[in-house]
Amino acid sequence: MTLTAGRAERTHAPEHILSLRGIGKRFGAVRALTNVDLDVYAGEVVAIVGDNGAGKSTLVKILAGVHPHDAGTVLFYGEEQHLANPTDSRDLGIATVFQDLALSDSLDVVSNLWLGRELTRGGVLDEVEMEQRSWSLLRELSARVPSVRTPVASLSGGQRQTVAIARSLIGEPSVVILDEPTAALGIAQTAEVLNLIERLRERGLGVILISHNLADVLAVADRIVVLRLGRNNGDFRVADVTSEQIIAAITGATDHGLAKRAAEKSATQPGAETDS
Amino acid sequence: MSPTTHGDPSVPAAKVIHDDELRYGFRSSVRSFANRVRTGDVGSLPVVAGLILIWTIFQILNPNFLSSRNLVNLTLQSAAVGTIAIGIVLVLLIGEIDLSVGSVSGLSAAILAVLFVQTGWPIALVLVVALVTGAMVGLVYGLLYTRFGVPSFVITLAGLLGFLGLQLFVLGRLGSINIPDNTWIVEFLTQTFLSPAVSYVVIAIVVVVYAWQLLAQARRRTDAGLAAMSRNVIAMRVGGVAVVLGAAAFYLNLSRGVSMSFLIFLILVTIMHFVLTRTRWGRAVYAVGGSVEAARRAGIRVNRIYISVFVLCSTFAAMGGILAAARLQAANQSSGGGDVNLNAIAAAVIGGTSLFGGRGSAFSALLGVLVVMSISNGLAILNLEAYVRYMITGAVLILAVILDSLSRRSRAAAGRA
Repeated sequence: MTLTAGRAERTHAPEHILSLRGIGKRFGAVRALTNVDLDVYAGEVVAIVGDNGAGKSTLVKILAGVHPHDAGTVLFYGEEQHLANPTDSRDLGIATVFQDLALSDSLDVVSNLWLGRELTRGGVLDEVEMEQRSWSLLRELSARVPSVRTPVASLSGGQRQTVAIARSLIGEPSVVILDEPTAALGIAQTAEVLNLIERLRERGLGVILISHNLADVLAVADRIVVLRLGRNNGDFRVADVTSEQIIAAITGATDHGLAKRAAEKSATQPGAETDS
Repeated sequence: MSPTTHGDPSVPAAKVIHDDELRYGFRSSVRSFANRVRTGDVGSLPVVAGLILIWTIFQILNPNFLSSRNLVNLTLQSAAVGTIAIGIVLVLLIGEIDLSVGSVSGLSAAILAVLFVQTGWPIALVLVVALVTGAMVGLVYGLLYTRFGVPSFVITLAGLLGFLGLQLFVLGRLGSINIPDNTWIVEFLTQTFLSPAVSYVVIAIVVVVYAWQLLAQARRRTDAGLAAMSRNVIAMRVGGVAVVLGAAAFYLNLSRGVSMSFLIFLILVTIMHFVLTRTRWGRAVYAVGGSVEAARRAGIRVNRIYISVFVLCSTFAAMGGILAAARLQAANQSSGGGDVNLNAIAAAVIGGTSLFGGRGSAFSALLGVLVVMSISNGLAILNLEAYVRYMITGAVLILAVILDSLSRRSRAAAGRA
């Protein structure tokens, strides 16, 4: 849990962590994804937006190793990788926080954070070390959790989201995928989670944010990738785009053809393709 | 009684040592305990209250009930069923059930008797065979459950019949085999009692280890800047354990004392408690019982947990069968039959292990079996018919389950699931 490692690297050009090229996925006769590209750099929040059925969840599941892709390549730090199952993906350094969080309600915060990779000391759980590290992790994230020994069931929605995000950081990942982290949260809690996302960026992580909420996306993302009907339909820098333009891309009012997208990409990210 | 005091180590270490708020002192321990009870996290409170109530009633009805002699009998009766109940606690923790523990215990008793008495194998080998048979039964259950997804209720119901059949087959035409009472297994398991001196030495060792553990833990936590138990609370807990164990041993020592079989049961409970609370496997068991999906996503190999728990449960059932056979000095067609099955399940539930998975402790096997066996023993010395015994045990079981459901509901209402 080093805050400094990411920052040091960010002094020069941001590292190209993840690069997807020509990803395709079929479910029987349904083409969920066709020729989708996606890039994630260190210290960057990439939002993936799109209407229902645009392929956002499928893309997340491919990255999380839940579904293997049937076409295209996944490059992780320039090396081609196969994400056959969730463990592959996690070992590689891609942490996913699913929408349902998958927390164990009856266990306390510490147990949830370390579930599946508990620290041991002479074969016995090292509760002291885990509790101490939990506190320091939550403090780094400026997370407000009343006590790390309360069962997760007694936490609020935002706090549960915080715990789920903190848990994804335990394995020191390079990329964190957040699936609809602000859905079903109140205004204050949403703000808290958005702050948390910014802190992930400060740590030098690549963050992929899936969201329906354009306001949240525009507030926190650096780049927005629009999917429409399983294809790329635009890749925007947040600084030079309006929500109208994004909505147009989502609904298909503007069609970002391949040529246009390629032109846009070479303009906004010089050197994006050099790693591969 | 793990207090939920704030333990934020962001407070400077020097302050922690002088700040009593951050060490859990007596008052905060009591407060957090009261708070947990109020929100439905009742723990072993009802079963202790129930035990006191049951003992009071029987003592009024028959002044011999709480005599040292009868309590020694109670411990002897409890050892076998209690050992089986430890296995039931495990399967309940992962939210499953094993209805065949009675048959499996009967099968292992039959194997013990046939191999030891009829075939004349060395006892150590016989014990291994009996226990491995139990483990194999659990392995089959685990594989059936994880491969085919058949509900454990159905698998083990089939096992109840199947292994009863196997037990009858193993026993053969004779149907009943006596184990001579001058053999080591009978002498060791039922006629061996700790001498008073030895029992106190054992208790002293337990108390010292417990105290040392609490102190070491408190010191490590303080060094790490976390909230730690205060010296007073540690002293009180250690003192409490010493008094309870000492008084129990003293009272039992007035007649025959602490039997070897009961001691083995207590050791097994303690070992399982340690494994459940202090190892990664134990944490995984609670996680699987709480939410399988969450456990799976956390990278726990859920199937392995299921299989290992079924294996352990059947092995404990086999162990219980051996203890029962040694006590009866026989294995017959009704070994493990009758109410053994339901008594073991009732003991686990009455002891406070939730039927819904993810909640409970190995000690619920101990407390629960004392309640179940007290009822059975108390009604027996009142010369009541078997039917009354069954009905009362059934009623107590229903009560325990209702309490489990109610406490679950009020936990949910208080947001403590």
